[in-house]
Amino acid sequence: MHRTIQNWFSHVTRREALQIGLGLGVSCLLPSLELRAANKRGDERPKSLIVLWMAGGQSQLDSWDPHPESKYGGPVKAIDTTVSGLQIADTYPHMAEQMQHLSVIRSMVSKEGDHERGTYYVQTGYRPDPTVIHPAMSAVVASRLHNPAVEIPQHIALATGEGFVVPRGGYLGNQLDAFRVFDPGNNLQNLNKQVDDQRQERRLEGLKVLSDSFRKGREFRVADTLHEHVVGQALTMMNSEQLKALKLDDEPKEVIDRYGDSRFGRGCLVARRLVETGVRAIQVTLNGFDTHVNNHEGQAELAKTLDPAFAALVQDLVERDLWDSTVVLCLTEFGRTPMIVLNEGRNHWPIGFSCVVGGGGFRSGVVVGETDPDAGAAEDNVALTKRTPPKDPVTVPDLYATILTQLGLDYQEEIITPIGRPLVLAEGTPISQLLPG
Amino acid sequence: MFHLHGRITDGHDCVPFRKTTPQLLRQLMKRWTAIWVFLVIAGVFLLTWRVAHPPQAAAVPAVTEVELSQLQLAVEPVNAELADLWKRHDVAPAEAADDLTVLRRLSLALHGTVPSLEQVRAFEADTRPDRLDHWTDDMLDDRRFADYFAERLGRSYVGVEGGQFIIFRRDRFKAWLADELQNHTPYDEIVQQMISAEGVWTGDGEVNFLTSGFADGEFDPNKITARTVRAFLGQRMDCAQCHNHPFDHWKQSEFEGLAAYYGKVSLSMAGVTDNRKMEFRIKADALDEGRVVEPSVPFNPEWRGTDGTPREQLARWMTHPENKRFERAIANRVWGLMFGKPFLQHLPVDDLPDPDTNDDLKTLDLLGAEFRAHDCDLRWLIRTIAATDAFRLSSTHPLATNADLARLSPDEIEERKKQVDQTEEYWAVFPLVRLRPEQVIGSMIQSTNIHTVDQNSHLIIRILRFARENDFVREFGDPGVDELQDRVGTIPQALLRMNGNLSRELTEPGGLLAPGRIASVSPTPEAAVNTAFMACLSRNATTKEIAYFAEHERWEKDRGQEIQDLYWTLFNSPEFSWNH
Repeated sequence: MHRTIQNWFSHVTRREALQIGLGLGVSCLLPSLELRAANKRGDERPKSLIVLWMAGGQSQLDSWDPHPESKYGGPVKAIDTTVSGLQIADTYPHMAEQMQHLSVIRSMVSKEGDHERGTYYVQTGYRPDPTVIHPAMSAVVASRLHNPAVEIPQHIALATGEGFVVPRGGYLGNQLDAFRVFDPGNNLQNLNKQVDDQRQERRLEGLKVLSDSFRKGREFRVADTLHEHVVGQALTMMNSEQLKALKLDDEPKEVIDRYGDSRFGRGCLVARRLVETGVRAIQVTLNGFDTHVNNHEGQAELAKTLDPAFAALVQDLVERDLWDSTVVLCLTEFGRTPMIVLNEGRNHWPIGFSCVVGGGGFRSGVVVGETDPDAGAAEDNVALTKRTPPKDPVTVPDLYATILTQLGLDYQEEIITPIGRPLVLAEGTPISQLLPG
Repeated sequence: MFHLHGRITDGHDCVPFRKTTPQLLRQLMKRWTAIWVFLVIAGVFLLTWRVAHPPQAAAVPAVTEVELSQLQLAVEPVNAELADLWKRHDVAPAEAADDLTVLRRLSLALHGTVPSLEQVRAFEADTRPDRLDHWTDDMLDDRRFADYFAERLGRSYVGVEGGQFIIFRRDRFKAWLADELQNHTPYDEIVQQMISAEGVWTGDGEVNFLTSGFADGEFDPNKITARTVRAFLGQRMDCAQCHNHPFDHWKQSEFEGLAAYYGKVSLSMAGVTDNRKMEFRIKADALDEGRVVEPSVPFNPEWRGTDGTPREQLARWMTHPENKRFERAIANRVWGLMFGKPFLQHLPVDDLPDPDTNDDLKTLDLLGAEFRAHDCDLRWLIRTIAATDAFRLSSTHPLATNADLARLSPDEIEERKKQVDQTEEYWAVFPLVRLRPEQVIGSMIQSTNIHTVDQNSHLIIRILRFARENDFVREFGDPGVDELQDRVGTIPQALLRMNGNLSRELTEPGGLLAPGRIASVSPTPEAAVNTAFMACLSRNATTKEIAYFAEHERWEKDRGQEIQDLYWTLFNSPEFSWNH
C-alpha cells in the first residue's frame, strides 16, 4: 500500500484496515484476537448490558409489585420468592426462584405517558427534544465499552417490533443504532450473499474498480464517507465466525424449550450467546403489554413468555459465571393504572411502576420504593405526570446514573452534541442502595 | 407478497445472444401469461379511466425566454458574491460539472430519484445552450416535484411522527402542501395559512400544523412555538422555553410572548379555533396559580398590524417583507435540500445566526431578496439556486487528485486535506452527500426502468414502488426531521443494499425491467455496460471500467449473469449512494 494511502486511512485502525482489505478481497479466516478477553469470567470480564424491554407498558400490579389486598389489585395473587419478604405475582413462578440474584425498583417515575414519547424517555433518560436525538442507554454502553474483538455489531436489538422501540445511537451517530434481528435464531436478514463465492468475489472486484473511479479528484473526501469502510465491516460480519452467536442450530432442544420457543424466548437465549461473544449491549423486546382491556389475562399471558425466558437467562448467566459481568435490566415505558377501567383494563401509569435489575456486581435482594395502589384513585382529576409520586421515587436518569456507575463509566461525562450543547450521559444520581459496598 | 418477476433466466438457463426476438417473445409469453392477462385488464381499465378523466391542461404556461433572461439577472449577483466568498477564504473553485451530472443532482433534489434513461436520452438530444434551465423548469412543473418537496418541507412543519390519529392527519397535511406547491401559491401565503389555521384537520390540511402540537389530548403551545421559530425564522429558541438562551440573546420572556399567540388554541365542534376566554398561563407546577402572559413578539411589533386574530397578526409579523429572517430561513432550507447540506455546513439548517452578523451569509440574503422580489415564489428560489455556479461546479477538485498527492510528505498531505475541507466548506466544489433512504430506493427503482417512473407509470411499477418504498425506508433508517444532518452509512444499510430482496428482485435479468432489456437488446457488451452505467450513474463507463465489465467471453457465456452482477456492483458503489 502506498504510504500516503495509509495516511488517508489514519483514522481507521490497523485492524479495521485489515478488515477492509479482507472484506474487499478474498475472505479468509480472521485470527481470533483477544480470545482471552472473551474467555474471562467473573468480575474480571468486561461488562455487558442486557435490557429486556416490555413494550406497551408492563403492569407493575401483575408482575413485580402485586397488591392482592387492595381493591384495585385485580385477580392476581402474590407468591413468596427466594428473597425473604419479597413477593411477586403468582404468574412468575420461575422468576420467584431467581429473585435472590436480582433487585426490584417499585418506584420508577417517568414524565411521559404516551408510548412513543415514554419509550424515548425511558430508553434515553431524556425527554424528546426536537433539536437533538439522545442516544439510548444501550447505545451509550456500546460506544463507551467498545470491544475491538467483536466483528458483529456491538449494539443489537432482538425480537424487535415497532420502529420507535429499537434503541438509537442519537447524537453519538447512527452507526450506533441497534442492529435489528426480527426473529432471533431464524433467517438472519440480509446476511447471506446472493451469489456463490466466485461471483461474489467478482462483484467485489468490480466494486473496487468503481470505487477507484469515484476517488479520482475526490481524494480525502471519498475516504471521509467511510463507504468502503462500512461495506468492509458488513462483509466482515457476513463472513464472521461470531455470527454463530445469532444462530441456534447448535443449541439442544431442551435448552430452547427452557427459554421458551418464542421470538422473545429465543431472543433471551441469543442474548446470552452474544454476551459470551463479547457484544456489549443487547435489547430483547416482548411486545403486547398495552392492556387497555382484559388487563389481567393479557399480562398473565405475556408472563408465560417472560417468566421462563428471564429465569433461564439469569440461571444460565449465573451458572456460566457471567453474572457478575452482565447487567440485566427488565424495563418498560410506564406501568399501568392502579384503577381498573372499563372492560377490566388498565391505562398508562408513569408514576410508580416497576423495573428489575441485577448482575454486573449490583446488590441483590434489594427492594427500592413502595407504591400505594389506593392512592391512584384519590387524585382522579390530576394529570398523570403531575400526581404524587410513590415513596423513594427513582427517575429514569437516576437508574441510568446507577447503571453507568456500576459499569465503571462516568455518568457525568459531558458530550458536546452536534448542536453545540453539552449534555451529560445521565442527568440523575446513582441509587446507593443498589451499589455494592 | 406480490411477486413481480417470473424467473426467465438464471445462471444456467439464460437467453443466449443468438436467440431471435420472436423466440424471446414466445418464451416471455409462456411464462408471463398470467401477468400479461393482468396487464391487459389493467391497461383497459386505465384507458377507460383516462378517457373519463382527461388530464388537466397545465395551469401554468411553459417558461418563456423573458423569464430565462430574468433568471440570468437574478443569478449574476449571487455568483459574484460566491466568487467573493471564495476569494475571501482563499479557495479556488472546481471546474464546471458536465450537464448530465447537474441533471442528476436536479433530479435527485426535486424528484428524489436519478434521471431515467428516457430523460437522459431526451436531454442529450436537446441542443439548447440553456437546456439545464429549461429542464429545471420542466422538473418543477412535474407533479412529482410538488409531492416530493411537500414531504421534505413538511418535515420541518409537522415532523415525521404519526402523532395522535384522532386529531392529526399527516397525510392530509402533505396533500394540502403539495397542492399549494403545485398551484404556485406564494410561500408567505402558505406559511400564513398554517399559523392562522382554523377548522377541521381532515378537511383543511393546514390545520394539522397546529394539531401536531397535541399530546395526550392537550395542546402544547411551546412545541408549536419552537417549531414556528425554527421553520420560519431559521433560528432556535427552544432552550428559551425554560431559561434564557445560554449563547444567544433570546430571553425566556420573548419565547413566552410568542407562545402566548398559540395560547388560545383549542378544539371545538368546528375543529381548531381560538378560545377567546382562555388565558395563557405559565405555571411552575400543577399547584401553582401561574401568571398570565400576553402575546408579544421579540422585535418590530409594528409588523403585526392591528386587525385580525392574534394568530393572523403573528403570521403577518412572521412573513413581513422586512423580516429578513423569514426569507433567509427558506433560502437556507431550500439550499440544503438542493445540495444536501445547509449553507452554513457545520450548523443545523434551522440554527442560523442573526442577520448582519456573518458576512459569509450574504449569498443567502441575496437569494432571499430575489425570492421576495418574485412574490415569494419557491420555484424561483429553486431555479436561482440551481443556476448558481456553486450548483454547477464539479465534485472533483485538482487539490484532491491522486497523481498530485503521491509526491507530498505526510505533513503536506495533512495540510492539503485541510485545504480540501475548506474548499468544500465554502462551496468551491460540489459536496459529497449521502443520499437519503427515499432517494436510494427511488434511484434503485428508476435505474431498473427504462422509462420515467411517475404517476403515468405502469401499474405494476407503481405498486412495487408503493409497496416497497416504505418498507425499504424503514429498514434503511429514516433520518426524520434531521435529514440534512451529515451522516455516514451503517452496516445494516450496506447489508440491505448488498443482500436484500429488493436489490435481487430488481436486478434479476428477466422481465420488463431494464437489466433484462438492456442485456437482450444491446448490440454489444460495451453498449450494455454503457447503458447500465447511464441508467444508474448518469454517465458512460470509462475505458478502464469497460475493460473490466464488458469482457466478451463472459457476456457470451451468460449475459444475464453479467448484467445482474453489473447492476449489483453499480448499486453498491459509493458513486450511486453519494450525491456528487
